[in-house]
Amino acid sequence: MKRSISPDYAIEIIPDGARIMIGGFMGVGTPERLIDALVASGTGNLTVIANDTALPGKGIGKLITAGSVRKVITSHIGLNPETQRLMNAGKLEVDLVPQGTLVECIRSAGVGLGAVVTKTGLGTAVAEGKQILELEGQLYLIELPIHADFALIAARQADYVGNLEYALTAQNFNPIMALAAETVIAEPDHIVPVGMIPPDAVRTPAALVDHLIERAK
Amino acid sequence: MDAKDRIAQRVAQEIVPGSLVNLGIGLPSLVASYVATDQGVYFQSENGVIGLGSRPPEGMEDPDLTDAGGGFVTAVPGAAAIDSAMSFGLIRGGHIDLTVLGALQVDSAGHLANWMIPGMLTPGMGGAMDLATGAKRVIAALQHQTRGQSKIVNRCDLPITSTRQVDLIVTDLAVFDYCDAGLRLIELMPEIGLDEVGSKTQASFVVAL
Repeated sequence: MKRSISPDYAIEIIPDGARIMIGGFMGVGTPERLIDALVASGTGNLTVIANDTALPGKGIGKLITAGSVRKVITSHIGLNPETQRLMNAGKLEVDLVPQGTLVECIRSAGVGLGAVVTKTGLGTAVAEGKQILELEGQLYLIELPIHADFALIAARQADYVGNLEYALTAQNFNPIMALAAETVIAEPDHIVPVGMIPPDAVRTPAALVDHLIERAK
Repeated sequence: MDAKDRIAQRVAQEIVPGSLVNLGIGLPSLVASYVATDQGVYFQSENGVIGLGSRPPEGMEDPDLTDAGGGFVTAVPGAAAIDSAMSFGLIRGGHIDLTVLGALQVDSAGHLANWMIPGMLTPGMGGAMDLATGAKRVIAALQHQTRGQSKIVNRCDLPITSTRQVDLIVTDLAVFDYCDAGLRLIELMPEIGLDEVGSKTQASFVVAL
């Protein structure tokens, strides 16, 4: 069983310079209260791994605007002009990764695979400096697993063991990131008594979740 | 009807009943409105839904149901919500029958460029590289020219999205595919002449009207 904790208390374990995965797709399915607490804490020099940097004032966009992030590993920054401005000013390192490669690199880190072997990115700027592998007459790009120290994930509902279920397109990277970080902090919209979530509906088993954030007050 | 809608309407004719289709953001997303709802076509969105529906009426949005651009959508009966690994497993594994992608340039080799303009704009590739590489069929849907410059070029000078050749190009002037001789003009859009296409296209092409 897990006692739920406040976002402020949870983010105290995140040091300056940490590598953090954050769930969400354009701010949908992003743990907003954890991000607010992280911004308020002043923790900085972070490496953020996320699908995108959302919009200014929303989700990961708040961390970008606050200057908390040193490097971002992501697939898309097009809706956040602030990310582009900081990148062009040399204040933010941006590593662009194709979205499918990003999710598979995170998944491979989480499930013990040594690499992702894919055609995506072959012959493009993404392949620069990377190994190419020929298998059965076909060429592939080798992409390495992406790990993190922390994963901050959002869920629709948890129970007090820490099992999680998700809502519609708010799933996105969340269940994958829950596999790939040393410490997983889950921010559910609701927390229900153990036994209320049917086992079939559990998408992230409690064994992956270290900390449960209390419901919004 | 403006140029973008003419392109979208023409692309819609390529959509096979019962197929699974991914539409890129921007111009390609207009295609959905030209596909009849009784055709059994399901639209996939890479953020994790198969069975994307139209925009919800105001006041009836679900903040947890959006498209890849972050806009509110609905889901049709028979829809499925999936995580990003499943979503890109479908895309990279060849389970998407057709993707329609916007482009800044498409070239004689069938390479498209749609994710950055060095020194000017870096939106990032999002899912475009996976889609251009992994979908069964790829259609590039774009305006033929931008500021008087042809977007159909001999060789992309912008960073390409994939080395996989696109299958079809649909612009406001013409439709092209690829044959052994390279880029091939196969159709003129209504009220467009061959001379106009020739004069507004940088790439060389063969004609098979």
